[in-house]
Amino acid sequence: MIPGVDGFMYPNETELQWSLLIVLYPYITGLVAGAFILASLERVFKVEAVRPTYRLALLTALAFLLVAPLPLQLHLGHPERSFEMYLTPHASSAMAMFGFVYLWYLTVVLLLEVWLEFRADIVYMAQTTTGFTRLIYRALTLGSQNVSPEARRIDEKVGYVITVIGIPSAFLLHSYVGFIFGSIKANPWWSTPLMPIVFLFSAMVSGIAAVLLLYVGSMKAKKLRIDMRCLDTIAKYLFYVFLVDFSLEMLDLIHRTYEADESFRSLDFMVHTRLWGSHVLLQICAGTLGPLAILASTQLWKFSEARRRVLYVTACCLTEVGIFAMRWNVVIGGQLFSKSFLGYTTYKVAFAAREGLLPAIGLMILPFVIFVVLIKLLPPWTAHESA
Amino acid sequence: MDLSRRDLFKIGGKLLVLASAGATLEQIVGAEPAPDAYKMADHWWGMIIDIEECIGCGNCVRACSKENQVADGYFRTWVERYVIEEEGKQPQVESPKGAIEGFPPLLREDVKSFFVPKLCNHCADSPCVQVCPVGATFRSPDGVVLVDKTYCLGCRYCVQACPYGCRFLDPRTDTVDKCTLCYHRITQGLTTACCENCPTGARQLVDFKNPKDPVHEFLRKNKVQVLKPYMATEAKVFYKNLDGAVR
Repeated sequence: MIPGVDGFMYPNETELQWSLLIVLYPYITGLVAGAFILASLERVFKVEAVRPTYRLALLTALAFLLVAPLPLQLHLGHPERSFEMYLTPHASSAMAMFGFVYLWYLTVVLLLEVWLEFRADIVYMAQTTTGFTRLIYRALTLGSQNVSPEARRIDEKVGYVITVIGIPSAFLLHSYVGFIFGSIKANPWWSTPLMPIVFLFSAMVSGIAAVLLLYVGSMKAKKLRIDMRCLDTIAKYLFYVFLVDFSLEMLDLIHRTYEADESFRSLDFMVHTRLWGSHVLLQICAGTLGPLAILASTQLWKFSEARRRVLYVTACCLTEVGIFAMRWNVVIGGQLFSKSFLGYTTYKVAFAAREGLLPAIGLMILPFVIFVVLIKLLPPWTAHESA
Repeated sequence: MDLSRRDLFKIGGKLLVLASAGATLEQIVGAEPAPDAYKMADHWWGMIIDIEECIGCGNCVRACSKENQVADGYFRTWVERYVIEEEGKQPQVESPKGAIEGFPPLLREDVKSFFVPKLCNHCADSPCVQVCPVGATFRSPDGVVLVDKTYCLGCRYCVQACPYGCRFLDPRTDTVDKCTLCYHRITQGLTTACCENCPTGARQLVDFKNPKDPVHEFLRKNKVQVLKPYMATEAKVFYKNLDGAVR
């Protein structure tokens, strides 16, 4: 009897190949895609109410995108060879394309859009600061000091085009992550054409919730007034997107239950035992039904501003827990049962190991550190808010 | 004769060009391989396994482990014992340490029981090859799925993609390891270590491209099955007398 194993696992299956770090990967890229899509609401779809979060959303996306490949690097047996994915990519591999999708999104979409958006501020800082700070800003201008109204109009136009390109790119980034899992026919827990679309909507949910939390947090920290119209609008969009996400996930669940193919007994057993806490309690009850009920209540009844803020923040915190649990259930849950459907294994997170809890916590703190550096370097608050 | 350094370089350079040309000519003219040299294009390897012949002794697992220096606790080949008490009910399956020490005796006689040797199926349309991000795992022209350990990233996407559980991360190299069908042996005209050490001949290495290989008659005369045919991987390990309960 192998400890932690019930029934029969193929002998090479008893230890999990993809760990907690691989849970972080879709979670972090989801936040990136979601934050960017929220930013595009203002830029492309002219939702003026969310304007106060536009710059914040861009910086959130950038901070998380810079960290996104790190869990993968830490997970690889030979990270020093990872550059081979760019040099000799295997065209039939879904994973091989990650490097290109990532580079495209980072350089063509996000860095360019952030630069264009903040260019006038960067030029202003390059002219008004001194010493080392001045050097940094001068470098960030990339030699372009022209902020004439004509130049800014061009910035605006190019920025618009990039956002338009950015929306399908953000969709691609995260639905592609879903495809990495959804295309594995050997694993019935993952193998569904719904996976990319479920990943996309859950990404939007987590990203929108993260930006709302960061907006409230940063305004509180700066002792600035929170724009309730903005908060109400974000919460409304979060509610609608969450409804679609929940419907898709339920559709997947109902479909599996109704079809009840040969893997069903195995998956059903898991949901009722090993994944009961993370799937049923955390993901569905606390992380989905909870925030949906809160958000629905704010749509149905009128609450005071202070109460609405508390409700939104609570809903968004629960949402983050729910989406993280969803990533956990996909990545870890998909490896807890044998491909023979005759047995189950367990996953114990190590603490200070290479793929343990400690590096995972570090990797989750890092985007916030980068975010703080970014908002120091490129303050996202407009003159109106700061006044 | 007074030779300057420049002259020396010139003469040396010319000699080098001549020597290289000579070597190339020799390679071109004398490129005929020895008659018994291994030609990949002439082979298409696979295996046939007769379930009724397997006695679960574990010789194959031990031989494989020794021949290929397989990491402790991991298996390029293993044997499973199925015990079916009642048709339609979930079978009891075990493979203690991959059956490297065989199996404890089964004391019950009122049940259906049989052994199933497993190994990489060297699929012609293998999902593991499809997903490898750098092409470190590949199918050779003679139909053997191999891993280039100097190129493998250790991402383990292939381990997830294999429907049969045949791959693992070798903790000694942090690269993926699997059955090579004893490639170092079969290209020398030998059979695999597992087949050579099977006391009952339950496992047979076969070459589908060799018209004289007994596999053709075997496939004509017997009902055979591959594991998980619905995966459509074009597995090349064929089982005779495979029970429907086997996964």
